[in-house]
Amino acid sequence: MNSLQLLPQSASTFASEYDPFFWCLVVVCGAVTLGIAVFVVYAVIRYRRRREDELPEQIEGNYKIEATWTVIPLIIFLGMFGWGAKTYFDVEAPPADSMKIYVVAKQWMWKLQHIDGQREINTLHVPVGRPVQLIMISQDVIHSFFVPAFRIKQDVLPGRYTTIWFKATQPGQYHLFCAEYCGTKHSGMIGWVYAMEPHEYERWLTEGAAEGSLASTGEKLFHQFGCANCHHFDGHGPCPDLRGLYGRPVVLQNGTTRVADDTYIRECILKKKPAPVAGFADFMPSFDGHLTEDQILALTTYIKSIGPQPGTGQPSSSGTAPKNYGTQRGIAGPGATSNAGTESDSR
Amino acid sequence: MIAHLAAPETADYLTEERGIRSWLLTTDHKRIGLLYTFSVTFFFAVGALFAALMRLELLTPASDLVDPETYNKLFSMHGIMMVWFFLIPSIPNTLGNFLIPMMIGAKDVAFPKLNLASWYVFMIGGCVALYSMMRGGVDTGWTFYTPFSTIYSTTYVVGAAAGVFISGFSSIMTGLNFIATIHGLRAPGMTWFRLPLFIWSHYATSVILVLATPILAITLLMIAVERIFQVGIFSPELGGDPVLFQHMFWFYSHPAVYIMVLPGMAVISELVAAFSRRAVFGYVFVAFASIAIAVIGFLVWGHHMFVAGQSVYSAMAFSVLSYLVAVPSAIKVFNWSATLYKGSVSWDTPMLYAIGFIGLFTVGGMTGLFLAALGIDVHVTDTYFVIAHFHYIMVGGTVMAFLGGVHYWWPKISGKLYPEGLARLSALIVFLGFNLTFFPQFVLGYLGMPRRYAAYPPEWQALNVLSTAGASILGIGYLLPLCYLIWSWRCGPPAPPNPWRATGLEWQTPSPPPKHNFEVTPVVRRKAYDYEGMKEELRLV
Amino acid sequence: MSSPEVLALREQYGTADQQREISTIGMWIFLATEVMFFGGLFAGFAIYRMYYTQGFMEGSAEMEIVLGSVNTAVLITSSLTMALSVYKTSIGKQFHTYLLLLATAVLGLVFLGIKFTEYYLHYQHHKVPGIWFESTSPHSGAIELFFVYYFCMTGLHALHMIIGISVVVVFAIRTALGRFNALYHTPILILGLYWHFVDIVWVFLFGIFYISGLHR
Repeated sequence: MNSLQLLPQSASTFASEYDPFFWCLVVVCGAVTLGIAVFVVYAVIRYRRRREDELPEQIEGNYKIEATWTVIPLIIFLGMFGWGAKTYFDVEAPPADSMKIYVVAKQWMWKLQHIDGQREINTLHVPVGRPVQLIMISQDVIHSFFVPAFRIKQDVLPGRYTTIWFKATQPGQYHLFCAEYCGTKHSGMIGWVYAMEPHEYERWLTEGAAEGSLASTGEKLFHQFGCANCHHFDGHGPCPDLRGLYGRPVVLQNGTTRVADDTYIRECILKKKPAPVAGFADFMPSFDGHLTEDQILALTTYIKSIGPQPGTGQPSSSGTAPKNYGTQRGIAGPGATSNAGTESDSR
Repeated sequence: MIAHLAAPETADYLTEERGIRSWLLTTDHKRIGLLYTFSVTFFFAVGALFAALMRLELLTPASDLVDPETYNKLFSMHGIMMVWFFLIPSIPNTLGNFLIPMMIGAKDVAFPKLNLASWYVFMIGGCVALYSMMRGGVDTGWTFYTPFSTIYSTTYVVGAAAGVFISGFSSIMTGLNFIATIHGLRAPGMTWFRLPLFIWSHYATSVILVLATPILAITLLMIAVERIFQVGIFSPELGGDPVLFQHMFWFYSHPAVYIMVLPGMAVISELVAAFSRRAVFGYVFVAFASIAIAVIGFLVWGHHMFVAGQSVYSAMAFSVLSYLVAVPSAIKVFNWSATLYKGSVSWDTPMLYAIGFIGLFTVGGMTGLFLAALGIDVHVTDTYFVIAHFHYIMVGGTVMAFLGGVHYWWPKISGKLYPEGLARLSALIVFLGFNLTFFPQFVLGYLGMPRRYAAYPPEWQALNVLSTAGASILGIGYLLPLCYLIWSWRCGPPAPPNPWRATGLEWQTPSPPPKHNFEVTPVVRRKAYDYEGMKEELRLV
Repeated sequence: MSSPEVLALREQYGTADQQREISTIGMWIFLATEVMFFGGLFAGFAIYRMYYTQGFMEGSAEMEIVLGSVNTAVLITSSLTMALSVYKTSIGKQFHTYLLLLATAVLGLVFLGIKFTEYYLHYQHHKVPGIWFESTSPHSGAIELFFVYYFCMTGLHALHMIIGISVVVVFAIRTALGRFNALYHTPILILGLYWHFVDIVWVFLFGIFYISGLHR
């Protein structure tokens, strides 16, 4: 097998945007470095000390030269900043119609969950030509999801969701690495991303032992853990009716408003939210320690999939996720508040 | 200025008192500088040993020389030893201690006993860290990220953190001493703008030492509390935020890298001036660039966290500030280069190291521009690209500057001359070995090889083999000076007071200097690097 | 009775002014490091208070406001005695200096006594994280985090108090032995700076821990 690779594969839309910028930097920085090196080597030879007691011309400085080599680099640097910021926005803002895939990282494996039920360990099958958004969380320490061929990387944190997106452009098999040191088998927490032609991807989806869609798994959990006992779907239960909840703003008892996104729902389940919902008594128990991150994601998907309350005319929120998770924009962290509901500028 | 000629019978700082007690209880800044030199050389050797084992492991794609657990400890301990027990103290506590009082015309630092205490504190910290390593080591990386370091690691985290915590007090004491010394003990006539640029850079370094190190101390204290009492300050169990740890850690650790590089720049300013026989071009700009680096350096820590989960807007702020901090570094490189123009450039060993520094620091700085670009960083952060970047600055920069400075001031410190031919050869070996070691790592990073990996895909083996080959050459390049410098201390020819015909008050004393540096306090009337004005004393034509 | 570095400086410049100025600069730099040291904790506390406002207010309500207020008064008074002792030594009244330094130390010990009483009360109420912590509030996690910061910050402050009190006692003894006079009393001056700093840190600690839950 080949032991000398010099150029990485380029298999995503972002990689195609990334590489020209990277090589432009190589050329510019290389040219400047070469220029300095050539000048220094020239000066060291041309002005070599000829006599031990030689005293050269004493030149102290020149304001114009200083200004020049301050301002010009500054302008070049700001240009680099601008280009870098643009590419960063592109990779951090998933398109609204992205296909969602959930990723749960744990020491030392990747668990990937497709919405319609396919589970994978250390592999990820995706279709070419469709934007894919990964919603990720860790069960233990910080990991980082890294696919060099796509030029994407995002830390995966315990306790909150992070997200990255990509659109594969070429079918193939691409390395997946964990890029944040996470303990003994950090260098073994690797796998493969398989980008497939769409028809092959559809075929792959129907094969294999899927236990039903993620939402149906969530529905089973909803009953198994007794959520259905309090969260009735007839508007008369002691707890809020969850139909149509996903993506809606919720008013809390302390007066603030949160949008019911993945983060909010997870906080409710784990009893980490700042205040209960206005108008209801607060006796929901905490499921912290009873549910794994996978199960929480299944429940969230189920809640997304149940339709709106009759007569409210609100659209069902299945299949579409809110545009952001409050982590990539605004103030991030536990208890992130109404920033989660800000309009995004995704494309 | 009065030039002294060394009379053989006159006692110098090395011979005036003898015996181990006179060394271990000394308050002479020069002897303390030598004590530190022994210490940092020892810790460098320990860190280099860990690096050698790592590079040997990486010769093959599989984790077959050492198991992954051991490899993880190796890179962690390599980082801890090199960062806190070599790079941070190297130039300030060895050359800085020795030279700062002499360069400003003082007899010692402001608080000599505090100076000695700082060495003992440093050694205690080093011993605690070494003890943790011998008991089984630490495997969290030198960055101690939570919650791995506080909840999941089963190694001696608190021990290693304690060693670093203790050594931090040594840093603070040193910085405090230098600031007070530079403010209060300058000789009459030594105004700020007559100071050598070495002093300006060390002043900036000292400001960072005193302001940033306490943050490290408190951060390490917090992870010790979290680990010992199992309370979730930085872990999600209680609602703690692991990213808060990263903010606090990098708030110190980014200024820390300027603690590591500014002293290197201090040395280079002196070398470029002496070996071009010219004042550094744009003295005032270089002086203020040091201050600018120190100040702006406190504002860029978030560039270590572009994919860590902070908001896009704060990432943008950190990116633009990171580009701003590159400007004063660029100014310095341009000014040093311009100093060569129409100078009288000597090819002595210290100058070889200085030229090497200019080239390698430029490459390191340029690749920093890559990393500051948000979109670029997404792909190359946490890969070998970053490792190559910071080794170009720390090893290609600081270590080269350290070696150049040691060679330059060797006659003053030891009173002996080192063998020039062998020294030039060693400098060349270091330069070549260094580039072979670390340039392939840029390529590996772009290809996607993550950091801290004991095993890697086979298609990356060739580049790793090149890197390891370079490391063995680099190792030889480091061993040679160790040998011939020790040899020259004993057997080298005696050195005159000013073998380089350089300006600077330190060259106005005998080699080696007497215990109190100056028989009579000098009165300064000249600007810095006044070769023209001093041409008669220096016998220049 | 001067220490070697004083001699060394005097050898160079020959003025006590120079030595006092440099010692004072040294103490101010040290206090800057202390600001950064405590500052890291204050910053972390501020961030978590923003995340967990309700929980932190409930934590604050557990504070013993009376004991805390008495302690604040005690410490501010000790700063008064400290400042007076610096004044008295500068005008040559060494006996008054000695008494005032002793008073400062005693007040400091009173502060510590009250503080450790508070700690014991927190223990009795099961509010010591890592040792015995229980809470029935839905915000127990945030309350525990509040108490982690409380014990770390006040504990660190208490450590600084212990060091300060020890030095005050040593300097009181040195005063009694006649080591200081109107011309040379730099150590007392810079000890005063240190003591005032520790006092100011307490004022801020009092504010963030005790006051913020008052209007619950």
